[in-house]
Amino acid sequence: MSDAPKVQTASSSAAEARIADAAHTGPMLAADGTPLKKSLNRALRLQKMRALALIAPLLIFVLVTFIAPIADMLFRSVENQIVSDTLPRTTTMLAEWDETGTDIPGEPVFEALYKDLFYAQEAKLHTRLGSRLNYELTGVSSLFRKSGRKVEDMGEVYQDQLEDLDAFWKTGENWNSFMATDKWLASMEGWKKADGKQPAFVLRDGIAKALPETAAAYKQFAKYVQNVDEDNLYKEDPWAVIYSSLYIDLTGENGLASYNGPAAAELAAAAAAAPAFETVNYSEAFKKIDKDWYDVNVWQTIKVYSPKYTNGYFLNAIDMQKSVDGVEMRPENQQIYGILFWRTMVMSVAITLSCIMLGYPVAWILANLPARQANLLLILVLLPFWTSLLVRTSAWKVMLQQQGVINDTLVWLGLVATDDRLALINNQTGTIIAMTHILLPFMILPLYSVMQTIQPTYLRAAKSLGATNWTAFWRVYFPQSIPGIGAGSILVFILAIGYYITPEIVGGTSGTFISNRIAYHISSSLNWGLGAALGAILLAAVLLLYYAYDKIVGIDNVKLG
Amino acid sequence: MNLTKTLMASTALTVAAGMSFAESHMANEMTIVSWGGAYSASQQNAYHTPYSEMTGVKIINDESSAEAVSKLRAMNEAGNVTWDVVDVVASDALRLCDEGLAMEIDPDEMLADAPDGTKASEDFGDLLVGDCFIPQIVYSTTVGYRTDLVGDTPPTDICAIFDTDAYPGKRSLEKRPIGNMEWALLCDGVAKDEIYDVLETAEGQQKALDKLATIKDDVIWWSAGADTPQLLADGEIIMGSTYNGRLFSLIVEQEQPVAMLWDAQVFDLDGWIIPTGLSDERKARAMDYIMFATDTQRLADQAKYISYGPARKSSAPLVGKHAELGIDMAPHMPTDPENAKNTFLYNYEFWADYRDDIDAKFQAWLVQ
Repeated sequence: MSDAPKVQTASSSAAEARIADAAHTGPMLAADGTPLKKSLNRALRLQKMRALALIAPLLIFVLVTFIAPIADMLFRSVENQIVSDTLPRTTTMLAEWDETGTDIPGEPVFEALYKDLFYAQEAKLHTRLGSRLNYELTGVSSLFRKSGRKVEDMGEVYQDQLEDLDAFWKTGENWNSFMATDKWLASMEGWKKADGKQPAFVLRDGIAKALPETAAAYKQFAKYVQNVDEDNLYKEDPWAVIYSSLYIDLTGENGLASYNGPAAAELAAAAAAAPAFETVNYSEAFKKIDKDWYDVNVWQTIKVYSPKYTNGYFLNAIDMQKSVDGVEMRPENQQIYGILFWRTMVMSVAITLSCIMLGYPVAWILANLPARQANLLLILVLLPFWTSLLVRTSAWKVMLQQQGVINDTLVWLGLVATDDRLALINNQTGTIIAMTHILLPFMILPLYSVMQTIQPTYLRAAKSLGATNWTAFWRVYFPQSIPGIGAGSILVFILAIGYYITPEIVGGTSGTFISNRIAYHISSSLNWGLGAALGAILLAAVLLLYYAYDKIVGIDNVKLG
Repeated sequence: MNLTKTLMASTALTVAAGMSFAESHMANEMTIVSWGGAYSASQQNAYHTPYSEMTGVKIINDESSAEAVSKLRAMNEAGNVTWDVVDVVASDALRLCDEGLAMEIDPDEMLADAPDGTKASEDFGDLLVGDCFIPQIVYSTTVGYRTDLVGDTPPTDICAIFDTDAYPGKRSLEKRPIGNMEWALLCDGVAKDEIYDVLETAEGQQKALDKLATIKDDVIWWSAGADTPQLLADGEIIMGSTYNGRLFSLIVEQEQPVAMLWDAQVFDLDGWIIPTGLSDERKARAMDYIMFATDTQRLADQAKYISYGPARKSSAPLVGKHAELGIDMAPHMPTDPENAKNTFLYNYEFWADYRDDIDAKFQAWLVQ
């Protein structure tokens, strides 16, 4: 009750302000005195924000579940870090090797390969790299698998000799005593798995200067044992690669002269003995594992595919390949993707055309029938949607095969001889028939909704002005139904281009699409890079056609209703 | 005296604690992935149901084995592996192992000994291919033919497939090079033990494709195991290759006029892998299940429900009668001596290397 007068005051003061505004010649002011334009903008911005907030869940959903995974998948078509990540030393060393010659790389590269492979097999990454490179050169897969198993023994020559020299070198505890800081050693003493995460290994000051190779190798070993194996590093005996690194340090450049930390005596003794050690020839050792390591093709493949990003997958996807001499066509008996892309396009166009031919009259009838009958027929059109795709496709198999319903009927009618039955399946005919049926509703529905909006009076007007039935249809009705054809065609064509289940079942060998190969590479050969490249090309082709359509017909001319 | 008692008591306590530790540290729900259909049913009867009854574990069946390799890779990349035990063919197991997606196994430690004490590694023998694969069954890809459509002299050897004069009509072959290339070379006069040496060379591969080209127009290429049985039943083809278990159900259960040609059957293996990246509880459960499901009796039990041979040598004598039909299962096993006179064992190492290369050529040949 007591509020009422106040409200009145407020509204009357607002009224005064408006009157004042009207008398004013300056910018229009809102009730609170800010310029109206600004106030309006603010209100609109608020409205826009609210609208954005409303669509935000959908936008985020689409971004997270659709756009991001597709982008991630497509990105795989150029990604190639696996080679340089798994073989960092080898790929660096290979940079100086002349891949166009016939000589295999020298001993330093093999030594780098030994180290890389050693770490890779400990982390079980060498076989993964083998499968990757096997896509480019047959046989690399087993080469890496085999070598990974045997590379562990290669450095044992040094390990044995060092251990024979002094039992000190045998245990991890002794190694840790001079590799790790005192603080770390103290914190690890008495550590048990139950205590939780073990303190991270810290390299002792000065050891990296004294034994650069060994320190680097030991650090990698420590990191792996602690983080991947989750074993107690304090008690873990070092890998063979650490012994071979120590040998390199002992016989090569080192800072042992000024080293006076723990184990200095043992190191000095080892340094004195090392020059007389039996050595390993890594190239010979690798050749012993598999003579393919002396095959220049293997090294060329590693070098050609060592960059972090590659266009190799895209080249494969267009029947080309990378080689040391640059880019070349694949041998003719391996060219497949060009044929499949072309076939996919041609057959998708054929399917779209047959959908128009069959769908147009149906949509016309639907649009011109009384609503009750039209709805009933519409249900028939939609019926296939409610049946599983596999069931529909399998049903076509029963219909189309040589001992199937259609052929049996034709034979019974005497139109076809029984030993000369029509081949309607496992070829292009089968794919076109089955896919036209499956995609037909996508043509009929937009056509129907566009035709419903065409006034029947226009046709009557045309006829009353003297047009024949055909002229009335062709000059008056058809042009108005084009937006429906456009929408239906785009839907059908884009769906057809990516189909693979139906072509796989009824297409035989001549009726399969590029998507069948994409599916094969994604799910069977695991060559996701190539699958992604094929997918990217397909996507680009669709966008290009869409663009062309927009230029020629105009995308404004597409109506879904 | 006192000391002994204390010792004994503490030992008993430790053992009890250890057992309860093991029990409480195993997940009580697991997802097992397999192929579906009759095969999953046979596993349900022989393994899952008894295991659930014994342990109270809830087993969830997933029928995704056909896409297991790609799905496992995707799960692994997403860091969320939801499968505990996966049934795959040996070549896929090899691939998963190479990719680091399957756990390495130590057969003697993780698998049960045979009843007579033979170590698992010896009981499974050569069938332990790769480092991650736990074999379960031996199946074969072999040829079935319509007895009423092949005339008076039914085929007896594999080369009938290539003999369109004696056996005119369509035949079906799998839409992949594996198996077909071997058969083509064999029927082109290459000695059996030289086939892979020949197939390593580009000329050898071309030779095989040329042989296949002689029947290219008469072949319907299948990609699903159910295709050939359907085509045979409908009389679309006169002969075709498929898995022996599919032919068994077509002949014995559906009583179709079909017979089997065991000649040059290609043995393949199917078995389990445990994915990497499982939590400790789930891994313990998966290993416990594997230990149970691959013991001698369990493998023999599976053969009651499906005509695939158990992978353990010690299971063979225990193979009995079909659970519903009551017929003796031994003569329907691909490993039965009568059937296994001339066989191939899928060469895993060879195909792991050559699969991509030969498949590219094979598919290009199909398309051109």
